[in-house]
Amino acid sequence: MKIIRQLLLLLPALLLSLLTLAQSKPVEMADTMRSNGRIYVVVAVALTIMAGLILYVFRLDRKISRLEKESN
Amino acid sequence: MTNEKNYMHKSWWKLLAVVLLTYTVIAGFLGPVPHLPLLQETIRNLYFHVCMWFAMMILFTVSVVNSIRYLRTFNLKYDIYARQFAVVAIVFGILGYSTGAIWASYTWADPNKPAANAFSTIARDPKLIGAAIALLVYFAYLILRDSVQDMDKKARISAVYNIFAYAILFPSIWILPRILPSLHPGNDGENPALDVKNDIDSGMRLVFYPAVIGWTLLGVWIATLKIRFNLLKEKKMSA
Repeated sequence: MKIIRQLLLLLPALLLSLLTLAQSKPVEMADTMRSNGRIYVVVAVALTIMAGLILYVFRLDRKISRLEKESN
Repeated sequence: MTNEKNYMHKSWWKLLAVVLLTYTVIAGFLGPVPHLPLLQETIRNLYFHVCMWFAMMILFTVSVVNSIRYLRTFNLKYDIYARQFAVVAIVFGILGYSTGAIWASYTWADPNKPAANAFSTIARDPKLIGAAIALLVYFAYLILRDSVQDMDKKARISAVYNIFAYAILFPSIWILPRILPSLHPGNDGENPALDVKNDIDSGMRLVFYPAVIGWTLLGVWIATLKIRFNLLKEKKMSA
């Protein structure tokens, strides 16, 4: 029983050591946003601005359409 | 003035504008471009700065066509069309000018000289002066309009002025730059603004032409919104 508990305590320690091992070398992750000098971040920003402006124009269009319907 | 349904209420071309502009932003930043000295990545400004001027020219053309339509029919509707298209065109012109100023600061301005010297060389560039003249002539169009009280007189005078303004626009941005030396690309070739032969390869064209259409459609969209709003206002005032 005591041995099992000791082994269970050992398990997180082992996992921890694994983690530090992983940190020592570069981790390959889904890092699209950080590749190519992070140009994708610029694309995301520009797209957000574009989406915001277009949404604004779209809402104006809707409002004017409603006004036109009311006045007819 | 009735609110008949026309192209302004169609949605397909607005959707097209959104699609083309999204494509412009994505392909404009990520697509391949020629590696040129000095220009480097700024060549991507072609999809933004140059498109402003293209959209401006197209919108001014629509504006002058509507001024002529007004003079032929004396229907005040066309006066509203002409005015709103001209205003959006002016906005695009100002955007083209200011984006050009930023671009020139990092490509033409000589960092080894004092800033005032470097920028005085740029300021003397005939293409910039030509564009400035064209924009100032159109500023005067708006001032002239707003200084006349009588509706019909205002419409008639500004329609005639718009034709004159259009007649000075093209000499100042198409003819004048062809005659004089300039820092701006497209000097020795036939085109006054683009070095089509050397700078722009076929890959860039794939983004550039859709970008021109997209930006122009966005301008038309904004202009038609202003037109519809002003037609409503007119209707309410006359009711």
